[in-house]
Amino acid sequence: MKALVSVKRVVDYNVRVQVKSDGSGVITEGVKHSMNPFDEIAMEEAVRLKEKGKLTEIVAITIGGAKNEETLRSALAFGADRAIHIKEEGDVQPLTAARAFAAALKKEGAQVFFAGKQAIDDDANQTGQMVAALLDIAQATFASKVELDGGKAVVTREVDAGLETLEVDLPAVITTDLRLNEPRYLKLPDIMKAKKKPIETVTFADLGVEKGAALTISKTSAPPKRSKGIMVKTVDELVSALKSKGLV
Amino acid sequence: MSKILVIGEISDGKLNSGTAKVVAAAAQIKGDITVALFGADVSAAAADAAKLDGVTKVLKIESAANANPLAAVYAPQIVELAAGYSHVLFPGTAFGKDTAPRVAARLGVQQVSDIMVAHSPTSFDRPTYAGNAIVTVEAPAAPAIVATVRLASFTAVGSSANAAIESASSSAALPSHTRFVKLEAQKSERPDLQAAARVVSGGRALGSSDAFKIIYSLADKMGAAVGASRAAVDSGYVPNDMQVGQTGKIIAPELYVAAGISGAIQHLAGIKDARTIVAINKDAEAPIFEVADFGLVADLFTAVPELEGKL
Amino acid sequence: MSVETPVERDVMEYDVLIVGAGPSGLAAACKLKQIAAEKGAEISVCVVEKGSEVGAHILSGAVFEPRALNELFPNWKELGAPLNAPVVRDELHLFYSPQKSFKFLNFMIPSPMHNEGNYVISLGNLCRWLAQQAESLGVEIYPGFAAQEVLIDEQNVVRGVQIGDLGVGHDGKPKDGVYAPGMELRAKYTLFSEGCRGHLGKRLIQQYQLESKDAPQHYGIGLKELWEIDPAKHEKGLVVHGAGWPLQAFGTEATGGSFLYHLENNQVVVGLIVDLSYSNPFLSPFDEFQRFKHHPVIAKYLEGGKRLSYGARALVKGGLDALPKLVFPGGALIGDDAGMLNYSKIKGSHTAMKSGMLAAEAVAERLLAGSEGGDVLNGYPEKFKASWLYDELYRSRNFGAVLHKFGALIGGTINWIEQNIFGGKAPWHFRDLKKDHETLKPAAQSQKIVYPKPDGKLSFDKLSSVFLSSTNHEEDQPVHLRLKDPSIPIGRNLPLYDEPAQRYCPAGVYEVVTAATGDKRFQINAQNCVHCKTCDIKDPSQNITWVAPEGNGGPNYPNM
Repeated sequence: MKALVSVKRVVDYNVRVQVKSDGSGVITEGVKHSMNPFDEIAMEEAVRLKEKGKLTEIVAITIGGAKNEETLRSALAFGADRAIHIKEEGDVQPLTAARAFAAALKKEGAQVFFAGKQAIDDDANQTGQMVAALLDIAQATFASKVELDGGKAVVTREVDAGLETLEVDLPAVITTDLRLNEPRYLKLPDIMKAKKKPIETVTFADLGVEKGAALTISKTSAPPKRSKGIMVKTVDELVSALKSKGLV
Repeated sequence: MSKILVIGEISDGKLNSGTAKVVAAAAQIKGDITVALFGADVSAAAADAAKLDGVTKVLKIESAANANPLAAVYAPQIVELAAGYSHVLFPGTAFGKDTAPRVAARLGVQQVSDIMVAHSPTSFDRPTYAGNAIVTVEAPAAPAIVATVRLASFTAVGSSANAAIESASSSAALPSHTRFVKLEAQKSERPDLQAAARVVSGGRALGSSDAFKIIYSLADKMGAAVGASRAAVDSGYVPNDMQVGQTGKIIAPELYVAAGISGAIQHLAGIKDARTIVAINKDAEAPIFEVADFGLVADLFTAVPELEGKL
Repeated sequence: MSVETPVERDVMEYDVLIVGAGPSGLAAACKLKQIAAEKGAEISVCVVEKGSEVGAHILSGAVFEPRALNELFPNWKELGAPLNAPVVRDELHLFYSPQKSFKFLNFMIPSPMHNEGNYVISLGNLCRWLAQQAESLGVEIYPGFAAQEVLIDEQNVVRGVQIGDLGVGHDGKPKDGVYAPGMELRAKYTLFSEGCRGHLGKRLIQQYQLESKDAPQHYGIGLKELWEIDPAKHEKGLVVHGAGWPLQAFGTEATGGSFLYHLENNQVVVGLIVDLSYSNPFLSPFDEFQRFKHHPVIAKYLEGGKRLSYGARALVKGGLDALPKLVFPGGALIGDDAGMLNYSKIKGSHTAMKSGMLAAEAVAERLLAGSEGGDVLNGYPEKFKASWLYDELYRSRNFGAVLHKFGALIGGTINWIEQNIFGGKAPWHFRDLKKDHETLKPAAQSQKIVYPKPDGKLSFDKLSSVFLSSTNHEEDQPVHLRLKDPSIPIGRNLPLYDEPAQRYCPAGVYEVVTAATGDKRFQINAQNCVHCKTCDIKDPSQNITWVAPEGNGGPNYPNM
């Protein structure tokens, strides 16, 4: 059984994101980028399933410019067998990305599409669901436990009320949440080996994908600062203030 | 004028409190607001929804297939229902986030996630980079705008209205590839730090691991999760996984109580999305007071137990 | 430093291993591959870097002199090297009070401080670019992996390094499921390019007794911020240097210098270098830097601007007199791991690159002659002596010592005479024989310094500054700042020097915490560390040893 895992190159989670003064975006030049942490969890899960014999092949896939090859190399070091690089320099929003991934999923005949539940740059939380919608296949988002069995997957999902379990027929989309696993350290020998694994480069045209509708970003601004509130003098005052706001 | 379809959420048979906040976002867009409720029997929730200020109509879409909120099952019905609406809004909850993109993709629409502000029917603010950059986006009006609403950004509308409740049915073909198995409430005694609506955190001022007891005790009284500042973690009072802040967990509870936490920037970065921050600290100059909604200059060893006693 | 192998380690062998992807290491890597290509030979080159990416741990001014780059990549312009802001103007100020200053006329500026033909750059970005060139030449670069130990065989020959283990807990025990033993990287020749006070370089200097007999090494701490300023105030390519306030203009107890450079994109960098020979234990380089930005000459640019990043790094400035022996069996020290910085120019990038290139030439000669490695690379010091690099360091050999001895103004005057009259070959020679950790006076004999509160506009507190270094370390790992004797901070340093680590550390790593009982405890917040190495240098008891934490840890400097 083959799995396709989408991995996105994003500004590293340790980097303090700075909004440009002219409102044209955030500073991404010269700052560290790495694989979206939720995608690392997706990669880790796929690798564990392969180690358990539930998957036979893992194909990592990304969309973006030349630098995204680094991200694919990381995926290969995690344990992907090969990688597909959809080369596109411009802005790609979730609907377009989903169209490309859906086309690739079909072409590859993969049974599972793993993705992080969201990317930590645009925080959209859409692409996985859209892939499933476009192919009219099942989705299990925000997974905290995944079991693959024959043509089915049993997935535990983190929902607001607790943990929900779904059974889905394959092929299916599974998006991964924080508690699913702890991604392994990439080991140097694996990184060395990853340099030799194959990366196939394709374009939207090769996949027969047209760019979809897109949002226009007119301005980027820093979040408003929290302002100083009220100083209370006693615990009683605090309790009544909290009660009046319905907080206790 | 905009015609807005709000997809309501039901928890335990009742209208989820988030729905009233989505209606608030719809009211900011301005237009005719319809709330749609999916389920096996949604009459109780529909009655609640009909009271929400600004709602003109409540649609019940009841069927056995809708008993559990499965995105793959709801989406084709919502797509069918959406015809004629300018906006389809979902709560920014696990349910809304799961379902909305499935609807948007079927409509061929690029979704807007986590609306914080609606400047116009097509212009919205939304957070990116974990809230560190707010983007203003313009969404194409046609065929419709599909969006989720960031609940923390809106205050629930009142419930003094009396909208019409109608039943609707759907002829959309429903998939059989997704089956609900079960829903389990989280078992842990204390809520999970990242998901909790209330969090009580302690800082280095506690002075020892043992002294953290008063924090746990207050948290239990409030049904809150327990967090800690990095200084408290570094001092070995509590384990790493309790650290709140930029390199620890980033949380957005409704109520955050910081006891003996000075408010180093790493910590503040982790709680900037908290709805209400309460700070208790001996040092009146502590930076935490600059961001706290309610500040109390007091010794936490007396104030925290006193607070617990008076709740 | 013995090689223990309690666990099975993967091994990889290369012709040349380079420890640290800074300017010297990357220049050496490129040069090796260029020579190999020219001679039609194969030389395998591996670079390991502890930062999460190339450039993540690089912090420098920087005004860059392109001399070495011109030699390495004559076509660097076509290759897109990030040298985008040619220096248009030099200013040199003597700050003699918090408000007042004297601006030197152009002819009064010592010739090494003239920057025509140089560029204001981000050295981090230059390293990122050099890494791309190196990789396209076939060099393997592995960021996120810290060299932990030097591999030395029974014949006392350096055979490579061992990469640090990943997934070791706070207690030093492997963590279940995530532990990954570090690899052994072996090579015929290993070049150490860790920058100033490299933790392996330091051990090699001891092990092979490489230390200079002429003078001890001297250091400074450089603190730097990157700002985005009002476009109306920005003058791309403007270079402003300063001496004096907040340090001493006339005295010799706290010397150093300051800078403000205008980069491209309305960005400026502002920085202060404090010589680590300062004597007052109450001095806080961080707070000196914060107050420095309020001087009108500097504030006029920064007001209304936004601080983007902060960082700090020790720099090595002993020059030629303090330069250790460069080679030992199986390897060499290059760049600031040796101490190639030219302090009279406050530039070390071109000298670092050149030293790397010279070492590379020496290594390539040996390899092409069929050497199996392990020998002493005498070709490198020979080439060094015959190079412009040696000549340049010779001309500025007195600079640091005269500043230490005579202070900024008189020392600066002597330097001016040396450089502008004698062209650096003056008939005198100064040395400063006191080590930087020996200079502190007891707290009881020192005046406390009360620093102004930061205003949140131009000056900031330490923790919000460290936040902007984007530093991070895996929390559950052994503390990488090791105390030889844990009783010294509270038992000796506190009573004697009011534990200066609380102040010299620019990242708030060290704190003295008083418990409710009144007991004092030395707290090490290792997660805050920005890898500047100042503690390893300045601790008066030489009790703190900086070792490499788990790979990927440390700052993530953007455009620094």
